[in-house]
Amino acid sequence: MVPISNYLWVSVILFSLGVTGVILRRNAIVIFMCIELMMNAANLAFVAFARQTHTLDGQVMVFFVMTVAAAEVAVGLAIIISMFRHHESVNIDQVDLLRG
Amino acid sequence: MDLKWIALVPLFPLLGSVINLFLGRRLSKGVVGTLACAAVLASFAVSVGAFFSLNAMAPEHRQVVVHLFDWIDAGSFHVPFAFLVDPLSVLMILVVTGVGFLIHVYSTSYMEHDEGYARYFTYLNLFTFSMLVLVLGSSFLTLFVGWEGVGLCSYLLIGFWYEKKSASDAGKKAFVVNRIGDFGFALGMMLIFWTFGSLNFTEVFSGASRFAAGEPVMTTICLLLFVGACGKSAQLPLYVWLPDAMEGPTPVSALIHAATMVTAGVYMVARCHVLYMLSPTAMGVVAVVGGVTALFAATIGLVQNDIKRVLAYSTVSQLGYMFLALGVGAFSAGIFHVMTHAFFKALLFLGSGSVIHALSGEQDIRKMGALKGPLGRTYFTFLFGTLALAGIFPFAGFFSKDEILWNVYNTNRVLWVVGVAGAFCTAFYMFRLVFLTFFGESRLTSEAKHHLHESPPRMLVPLFVLAILSVVGGWIGLPLMPGGNPLTHWLDPVFGPEAAVGGEGAGHGLEIGLMALSLGVALFGIMVAWLFYRKTPKLPVALGASMKGAYNMLLNKYYVDEIYGAAIVRPFFSLSGMLWTFFDVKVVDGVVNAVGRFVRGAGSAARGLQSGYVGGYALAMVLGLVVVISYYFIK
Amino acid sequence: MPHLQFPALSVPLVLFWVFAVVACLMGLLVIVLANPVSSALALVMTLCAVAGLFLTLGAQFIAAVQVIVYAGAIMVLFLFVIMLLQLRGEPGGLRGVLFGPKVLAGALGVALITQMGSLVATAAWPAGAADPAAFDSPLNTQMIGKLLYSRYLLPFEVVSVLLLVALLGSVVLAKRKF
Repeated sequence: MVPISNYLWVSVILFSLGVTGVILRRNAIVIFMCIELMMNAANLAFVAFARQTHTLDGQVMVFFVMTVAAAEVAVGLAIIISMFRHHESVNIDQVDLLRG
Repeated sequence: MDLKWIALVPLFPLLGSVINLFLGRRLSKGVVGTLACAAVLASFAVSVGAFFSLNAMAPEHRQVVVHLFDWIDAGSFHVPFAFLVDPLSVLMILVVTGVGFLIHVYSTSYMEHDEGYARYFTYLNLFTFSMLVLVLGSSFLTLFVGWEGVGLCSYLLIGFWYEKKSASDAGKKAFVVNRIGDFGFALGMMLIFWTFGSLNFTEVFSGASRFAAGEPVMTTICLLLFVGACGKSAQLPLYVWLPDAMEGPTPVSALIHAATMVTAGVYMVARCHVLYMLSPTAMGVVAVVGGVTALFAATIGLVQNDIKRVLAYSTVSQLGYMFLALGVGAFSAGIFHVMTHAFFKALLFLGSGSVIHALSGEQDIRKMGALKGPLGRTYFTFLFGTLALAGIFPFAGFFSKDEILWNVYNTNRVLWVVGVAGAFCTAFYMFRLVFLTFFGESRLTSEAKHHLHESPPRMLVPLFVLAILSVVGGWIGLPLMPGGNPLTHWLDPVFGPEAAVGGEGAGHGLEIGLMALSLGVALFGIMVAWLFYRKTPKLPVALGASMKGAYNMLLNKYYVDEIYGAAIVRPFFSLSGMLWTFFDVKVVDGVVNAVGRFVRGAGSAARGLQSGYVGGYALAMVLGLVVVISYYFIK
Repeated sequence: MPHLQFPALSVPLVLFWVFAVVACLMGLLVIVLANPVSSALALVMTLCAVAGLFLTLGAQFIAAVQVIVYAGAIMVLFLFVIMLLQLRGEPGGLRGVLFGPKVLAGALGVALITQMGSLVATAAWPAGAADPAAFDSPLNTQMIGKLLYSRYLLPFEVVSVLLLVALLGSVVLAKRKF
């Protein structure tokens, strides 16, 4: 039997990688992938806890997270496409409309 | 008639005013004028009904409060909007609506060719409405509504021809001077509420019995209220607006001087007689101010050359007599004079309006003369008014003025002498006016002579009605009647029998003697006027030359306007200028701008954080996350 | 590093280690590869490895959905967009694709790992009531289905609406003319 803390360690590492990627990368699509990475880390934690507590609710939650992620990807990629149309680029340093 | 219908009295003029305000431009002049007149006539009819139903009641029950609605109800401050129907207010609404109606009728003809016909009648009806609210209100606050209403309407009407600078200035002057008086009145109201915990007449007057005569708080209240009365009723030192008020159309002058507005102060003091009786000091002040004003204004009237200005000063003087009467406790005599004065002063102003109308706007009596022939009917009625004002038997003014003087004689001989001197001046300047206007050689310009015409019937009929009233109006106050004269008797429920000072003890003989004396003084004044302006016209010129200083002083109205200008208006202007250039520009604007600059500076300092790059925001978010988690670790 | 537990080698443990190492390595590649296509492929590998971890946890249904929906549909969508926009790696390798204060970002990543890791290491995880039937058995999928259509019926329906909204939203956003 593998202890739960092992799974959580993997989850922590994946999540931190995702965070670092979001901060570091300039390509919007890659940033998006890093967000997927973070969600997967969260999913892993959910399933691990489900196993630990012997309930299925964690797995159901993962199912919902995946659905939301699918919706999010659809909208997010559409945004990236329209951003590309405006700037001929998907680099976020090209987009500074929020600058004060 | 049920007295609850009394609410219709102010309502009709208000409706007329509102209709003319919104539809007046689209309606024909005939409709506008008829509507305005009908509104006041309807009010008059209701007033007559109210008079008879009040007359049918037992004298001690003749005080009915008609509750309309609760106006203000905040904590212990409770003011209902209610009307007080008693002999005093009924008398006042009869005068206001009756004389007001005649002035309305007169105006339909006088203002016929004016652009602002509908606007004029809107104001006129509103004026009547305000005055009716003033005299009917059952609390100080309701009275104050009407009080401010007549102030506003007088401003609007005096400045009716606002394209004329002198007219708009006169309007402003009336407004500002009235405001000074209103300030005193408002302070008096607050003190009344503070003292009695209510503003309703019934509660205040019944509460006043708790106070002994001469208590300082009573004196303060009465003096503050009297400041308001001084402003509204043009007494020293706040009379300056009234002579300028003739800048408005002449019927407006008649309305202001006779039926509405200036009588408000007299009415208010009479209404508060319960409070004034408790303060001998305030009564003394009222009497002295009234007496001094009576003589002071009369002397100015001696030398004025503008027909309306003479009448204006005579109004100030006559109002002085009214306050003199109130000050010696002869309240019903004061109100009696209000009524008779309303008749003959309206008559005189409308008559002068008829003269001015005939001469196409000429107001200087030096350019008139010999109008007796062409303006025979106007002359006839004007003479009636003059005789009444001069106090000649058996015209109305004789009875009311002599009742005042008789009461004053019984109280204070010095004031009586002042009053008799004023009566002499009155007789003199009024007949000077008549002689210069209607007798002698014609000094008209040839153009004016060409246009000379008698006024149309719609102007003459009100003159005739008022002329008749100027004669018979005094007979309701016949002196020497057993048990007091009818008017005093009618007002007894309000003022109480004790207000009839003078007493029977002094004897009828003395009263008759004094009457004869004042009649003689008036006749003497007429004779002097005849001597000066008919027999030897060179005499006044010579007299004026030999007493140049005194003459100039009177002609320039004792320089009161100039003194006010130097002592009050100009320092006030320079103070305002200083506040503007220093306090407003430097301090207020400086603070406002500094706040703006600070915000702008803080913004431009903070905008550096707002790079617009999403990565930066994500970084800040993670940084915050790490810091928060660290906090929980350290804790 | 807090102590990892090394019990005697067993099949699940070996599988765990294999999948864990692959997942972490591929996750690292996602953020350091210059070409977006390579990043996407690395992410697919990560997702598959996580699916393997799900299997070792006895969540067969989730593992299957992970592979089909995530590694299949969603990642294809990513690749599709990358191709559509004809994205290439930036010139200059890693230096070209990175952006912002790199040292600070790296330090923050390490700090996160340390903090959360110390939580994992120190916390005691209580075990729930045993329900072995739900795990490691063909009944897993059936039981999730029952749960979805009973206790989680409302969220399930709401999520379907959310998907519809996302569908419409992406159509509107990607339309050429607004």
